[in-house]
Amino acid sequence: MLKKERKTGLIFFPAFDWAISPTHPEREERLLYTQDQVFEEGLLDFDSIIEFKPGLATVGDVNRVHICVPDTRSVITESHLVSAGGAITAAEKVMKREVDNAFALVRPPGHHAMLVVRGARGFCNVNIEAIMVEYIRKHYGPRRVAIVDTDCHHGDGTQDIYWNDPNTLCISIHQDGRTLYPGTGFHREFGGPNALGATINIPLPPRTSDEGFLYILDHVILPILDEFKPDLVINSAGQDNHYSDPITDMCFTAQGYALLNDRLSPHIAVLEGGYSIEKALPYVNVGIILAMAGLDYSNVREPDYDPLTIRQSDEISRYVEKEAAEIYTLWEKRGLMREKLIGNVEYVRRKKPVYYDTDGISEQQEETVRVCTDCGGLVTIASAADTGNRIFAVIIPGQSCPACRAKGEEIYTETGKDKYNYVYLQDRERDIFLVK
Amino acid sequence: MGIDVGGTHTDAVLIEDLRIKKKAKVITNERDLLDSLWRVTDDLLREENPERLERVVLSTTISTNAIVQGKTDRVGMILVSGPGLSPSLLRINEDCHFIPGYVNHRGMEIAGIDRDNVSRIGERFQRDGIDHCGIVGKFSIRNPQQEIEIRETIATHVRHVSLGHRMAGRLNFPRRIATTFLNEAIREIYTNFVKQVLDLMHLRNVSVPIYILKADGGTIDIAQSGEFPVQTILSGPAASIMGILSMVESRDDAIALDIGGTTTDIAVFAGGVPLLEAVGVTIFGHKTLVRGLRIRSIGVGGDSRVRCEDGRIVIGPEREGPAAAFGGPFPTPTDAMIVLGLTSIGERERAKGALLPLSRHMQCSVLEAAKTIFEQTCEKIASACLDEMEAIVNRPVYTIHEILEDRRLEPKILYVVGGSARPMAFRLGEMLGCPVYIPEHAEVANAIGAALARTTAEMTILADTEQGTLTIGEEGDRIVIPPQFTREDAIGIAKEKLRERAIKMGAKEEDLEIEVTEDQEFNMVRGFYTTGKNIRVRAQVKPGLIASLRT
Repeated sequence: MLKKERKTGLIFFPAFDWAISPTHPEREERLLYTQDQVFEEGLLDFDSIIEFKPGLATVGDVNRVHICVPDTRSVITESHLVSAGGAITAAEKVMKREVDNAFALVRPPGHHAMLVVRGARGFCNVNIEAIMVEYIRKHYGPRRVAIVDTDCHHGDGTQDIYWNDPNTLCISIHQDGRTLYPGTGFHREFGGPNALGATINIPLPPRTSDEGFLYILDHVILPILDEFKPDLVINSAGQDNHYSDPITDMCFTAQGYALLNDRLSPHIAVLEGGYSIEKALPYVNVGIILAMAGLDYSNVREPDYDPLTIRQSDEISRYVEKEAAEIYTLWEKRGLMREKLIGNVEYVRRKKPVYYDTDGISEQQEETVRVCTDCGGLVTIASAADTGNRIFAVIIPGQSCPACRAKGEEIYTETGKDKYNYVYLQDRERDIFLVK
Repeated sequence: MGIDVGGTHTDAVLIEDLRIKKKAKVITNERDLLDSLWRVTDDLLREENPERLERVVLSTTISTNAIVQGKTDRVGMILVSGPGLSPSLLRINEDCHFIPGYVNHRGMEIAGIDRDNVSRIGERFQRDGIDHCGIVGKFSIRNPQQEIEIRETIATHVRHVSLGHRMAGRLNFPRRIATTFLNEAIREIYTNFVKQVLDLMHLRNVSVPIYILKADGGTIDIAQSGEFPVQTILSGPAASIMGILSMVESRDDAIALDIGGTTTDIAVFAGGVPLLEAVGVTIFGHKTLVRGLRIRSIGVGGDSRVRCEDGRIVIGPEREGPAAAFGGPFPTPTDAMIVLGLTSIGERERAKGALLPLSRHMQCSVLEAAKTIFEQTCEKIASACLDEMEAIVNRPVYTIHEILEDRRLEPKILYVVGGSARPMAFRLGEMLGCPVYIPEHAEVANAIGAALARTTAEMTILADTEQGTLTIGEEGDRIVIPPQFTREDAIGIAKEKLRERAIKMGAKEEDLEIEVTEDQEFNMVRGFYTTGKNIRVRAQVKPGLIASLRT
């Protein structure tokens, strides 16, 4: 297999001294065997693979993305700043063209962390990809970004953060939400009023194998990317679609992950979930690193790999083909849907309950978006949780239009502290974060 | 007595009561290193009583040269690579045979080997006249059984075998292959050399322990070194660094430079201790698992050829001969330093003559040209020092604790040895912003370093209480441990096994400065239950000296 070698940056940070709790899947041991495999395969000795030490993200980097309640320091630990910092380092190396692409093989993960953060949900506190994307936009100017989330769980946090952003395409491919946490990620979740089609969900039936994943990649993801024309493609590289993962029910393989990354060619990949720490992660990560570096990955496979036992049924194949056709049609009709769904209203509201499973917090959010054809639209969020804190947040989008900006500033000034414990202003365009 | 057989000179020193008693220097006879040894000891031991010697340490280029000059034996390689990197990326020579079999990251045998297949390969080696064989398995340091089985099967077909897991305790299969290959490739030439050295020392009536210097600046009893000749590669640069260490007292961060004719070697001392390569040294393009001092070599030295390209001065990296002042063909930094009056060696007129065409190109006076060359030479070295410190600080770390600690390096002093030390040291110190120190016996620092180096060794332990096994990487031992085995137990075993190993290699009990360099413990959880502990301990006898030189 002859391929063009690329320079790949690797930010490897296994956080060997951090765990959610001693027996939690997100524990010190998680990347131990991956480290063993990466070291033993000698990957760091290739001239085309360069390892970088992760930098530390700042609270300011987090505040560009999240509204942390009551404040950022209360909901994160140093480990989150390192893993977000690792993603940022990966981005820096790519943006400065020191490497062609980069893989942040870091933990803890982040793709379940939503815009408002009151605690940890789905093992995630802050969204490390979103923090990275907004860092890039702040330091390198606005970019059209596509995030392809290949974690087995719906990337609901990333979806929530970019729900109203027409310049960030979020594609999540995952096990059907009717059978797995977090229970969302269906076709009808298609983006906010000003960003219809910038959220694409591809739920797949349990036991989908390489064939199905690659079919979706070739028939849905790559064609949509072709049309969206992103400046940057990011792979939110969860590894729990693997056939040996203990908390999911899919049949993807190390070879499949390598093929997917080879064809997707992301500029940046960021590790998300994946808890088959002995049987999957060592091989999947070796496969992804080799594929990103343009090196021969054809010999990468799990020691117990047996294609016959994990092959998807014909029924699944037919389902996946139908699914692909439906989603692609939906994408093509995104323009028409706007008129049909939104009409002439000035604001669109959605109410959503959020449960922080790791911390056991229940929250009710009401999100209001100003319908706007000139920008992503002003967003306000009112939220109350069983912890007692009521908050209100005003989010002025990046590349905001004057009308949304003026309205947002006005609302922030007028909203008093009588009804809320905290009132926040997040101005993504000017990188301003205020609390009262 | 310390002897360093270098590429150009062979240096020797006699040290008595930690003071230099005598020095000797002869030109190295590249074709006959023994001749150089004979002549240098002739000088040094004349009028001395060899019976009063306590130890002899030799640093030699024999292994390095054998590799660089391709004076190596043909080696048949048998590799158990399993899934992962494609064999095409692992093929180190034409005689590589990949056989089925696999041991995983926890040292569990997943697929067995086929002995008949191995026998056939052995027969083929025999038929092809291949006497030397290297056997390397992926993860063999976690479970060496397959390598051992292959050796048993093939032993009758070849003269000597090296097993991958014995080379080092670190993970890195491609490096393990390279290290095993080199070890076997230079074994013949190395063991012959050892035999001759022993004969020579016998003729000189030397009957004390003789040690040989390794790449990590530590020693090994020459009689024990025959199984691991690869450990002696690149011991020359290590000798100089150990020599500097013996002549200074600082416990601060420091930079040590050895400015030679062709290259400049840069080493950094962190808190007074020389740093080791994270995984192993690189020789002639081969990345190995050989433990070695972290030394950056750049192609700038006193004899580097100086050219003018598009009006810009280019220094090195090639050396085309000695400086023009000594009859060499091209201008060099040494010539510039002679013209500037920084040193009074050589013929000044020749140096000037060599710089003249350059000065015309640059449209300036000869003196100004010399100044530019000198400045640029110093700048190149200084910026390489800064790059090296930057690289050290940016080494990846894997715990939050280490990230937050983020230790900086702040060199408080610059040590300089080598031919151009005196004329260049001051300016280098200015550029790097630290005081300069040129040790008194700088010209024989290498031989002093050899003489005073202590025996070093490393030991890697992996305890897996779920499997109930403890593996000693370097020794290939696997022992049964009880479920309640602790990290303290593992550290205890590591220290004890390391002590035994070091003593066997020739260490003296009083020189065993043992330190634990890695010490991690992981809960192993399967399902929702803790099923065991994965404990990783690494200990070393620190590279260092049996004693410092008295000043």
